[in-house]
Amino acid sequence: MDKIQSQLLEKIAGIKEAPSNAYNIRVNGGSIGSSSTPNIHISFKEDGTGIDLNIKPNTINEQVHIPVIISQSDLVETVYNDFYIGENAVVTIIAGCGIHNCGNGLSQHDGIHTFYLGKNSKVTYIEKHYGTGDGNGQRVLNPVTNVFLEDGSYMEMDTVQIEGVDSTKRITKAEIKDNAKLVIKEKLMTHGNQYASTEFTVDLNGEKSSTNVISRSVAKDDSEQIFLSKINGNSSCMGHSECDAIIMDHARVRAIPEITANHVDASLIHEAAIGKIAGEQIIKLMTLGLTEEEAEAQIVNGFLK
Amino acid sequence: MLELRHIYFEADDGLGKKQILKDINLMIEDKSFTVITGPNGGGKSTLAKLIAGIEKPTSGKILLDGQDITNMDITMRAKAGIGFAFQQPVRFKGLTVHDMISLAAEKNLSVEEACGYLSEVGLCAKDYIKRELNASLSGGELKRIEIAMVIARKSMLSVFDEPEAGIDLWSFHSLIKVFEKIRALTRGSIIIISHQERILEIADQIIILANGSIKETGSKEELLPDLLMNSNTCKFYKEVQS
Repeated sequence: MDKIQSQLLEKIAGIKEAPSNAYNIRVNGGSIGSSSTPNIHISFKEDGTGIDLNIKPNTINEQVHIPVIISQSDLVETVYNDFYIGENAVVTIIAGCGIHNCGNGLSQHDGIHTFYLGKNSKVTYIEKHYGTGDGNGQRVLNPVTNVFLEDGSYMEMDTVQIEGVDSTKRITKAEIKDNAKLVIKEKLMTHGNQYASTEFTVDLNGEKSSTNVISRSVAKDDSEQIFLSKINGNSSCMGHSECDAIIMDHARVRAIPEITANHVDASLIHEAAIGKIAGEQIIKLMTLGLTEEEAEAQIVNGFLK
Repeated sequence: MLELRHIYFEADDGLGKKQILKDINLMIEDKSFTVITGPNGGGKSTLAKLIAGIEKPTSGKILLDGQDITNMDITMRAKAGIGFAFQQPVRFKGLTVHDMISLAAEKNLSVEEACGYLSEVGLCAKDYIKRELNASLSGGELKRIEIAMVIARKSMLSVFDEPEAGIDLWSFHSLIKVFEKIRALTRGSIIIISHQERILEIADQIIILANGSIKETGSKEELLPDLLMNSNTCKFYKEVQS
C-alpha cells in the first residue's frame, strides 16, 4: 500500500497494517491480503465478485476487518459479500470504504452485503465511508445491506459518512424473527453539492422482534439528503425510528417516515425533526467564550459524535 | 466593578417601539452579591442580557473595571470575565455534560475535575457526566448543570437569570444551598435575578426594577422587611409600578 492508501485505511478501519484477527483488505478492485482464523473463515467467491465470511457457532468476542480502498480514478466496482454468523457467536465486523480520487473519472464502489445471523448470535457492524482527492472525478458509494436475523439474534449497525463522498445511495433491508433485534445508528454529513439518500425497510416478522433506527445528519452548502424509513410490524413487536437533521446554508433535506402495523400488537413510533441550529445554542456557547464559528462547529461535531 | 450608565433599551413588539429599560444606572462592586428583583415584565431579564452582551442597549454605556464593553459581543464579554446562566437552560443533542463543563472551563477537564463542579451543585456526578444535555434531563437537573457551567468559568462577574424558575420545590431547596455556598466562597461578583426570599436574604445589595426603571437600591436590611411585608399583596406592585 502507498501512503494515500494507508491513510485511507487508518481513517476508515482504524488500522495501519494487516490486523492479527481475520481480515480481507481490498484495494483498487482486488484483495491485497486476506487471513482467516480458526473461527472466522474468509473465502473468495469463484466468480470473483466478493467474499464469503463464515463465523463458527459460539465464537466469542472476535473481530474481522474487511475494508475497501479505491485510490484510482475510473474504477467502478460492485462487490457481493455474504456473512454467515453461527449460532451464539459474538463478533464485531469492521467494514468501510475510502476513496481517493484525484483524476477526472468516476470512482465508485457498490458493496452488497448480506448478513445471515444464526440463533442468539450478536453482531456489531461498523462501517465508515470517507472520500478525498482534489480531482473533478466523482466519488460514489452505494451500499446495500440485507440482514436476516434468526430467533434471539441481535445486530447493531454503526454507519458513518462524514466527508468527501459526492453521491451515496444507501439501502438497508432487514427481516427479523422472534426475539431478535436490529439497531441502526447512522451519522451522515453532506457538503458542497453532495447527494445522499438512505432507505431502510425493516420487516418485524417475529414475536417480540424489535428495531431502533436512529439517523442523525447535517446538510451543509448546496447538498441534498433524503431519508426514507419503512417499518412493517407484522407481529407483536416494537419499532422505533428517529431522523434528526440539521440543515444549513442552502441545503435540502427530506424525511419520509412510514410505519405500517399489520398486527394489533405492533407498537411503532417514528420521530423526525429537521431544523437549523437553534440561535440560543450558539448564544449559549458564545457565553462560554466560543466565537460564533467555533460554536457552530462544536454543535455539529457533538451532534454527529 | 461593573457600571451601567444611562442605559436605555427599546424593542419592537410588532405594534411599535416599546421602552423596556429607562435610564438604568447601577454599580456592582467587586465580590458583591446583588439580587435584582421586581414584578414580571419589569425588564430584569433584559438587563441581565444587556450585561452578557446578548442584547445591545439603545443608548448608554456599560463598563467593566473601567473598560467600555458596550460594543463587545457575547464572546468578547465572556472572555473579559462575564458569565451568564440562562433562565431556560439550552439543550444540545450530542454534547454531553462533560463536554459542556469542559467548554465552560476552556480546557479538557478530566472526569474527576468535571465531577467536582457537578458535586458543587449537588448532583451525583457519575450519573450525569456522560449524559447528553438533552430533553432526557429534568428542568431542575438542567438548571443545576447550567449553574455548574458558570461556576466552572470562574468569571469575574456571574449573572444568573432566575435560577429558581421552572424547578420543583425539592430542587429549589438544594438550589438555595448551592447559592449559599457560592456566597460563602465568592470568587467574583454575583448578580442574581430572583423573586425568592431565601435568595434575597443572602444579598449584599437588592435592586428593585419595575416598569423598566430602578425603583430602589439598598441593602437587604433596608429593603427586605418592606418587600416581604408587601410582596403578598398588590401594594408592592402598585407602589413600584406607580
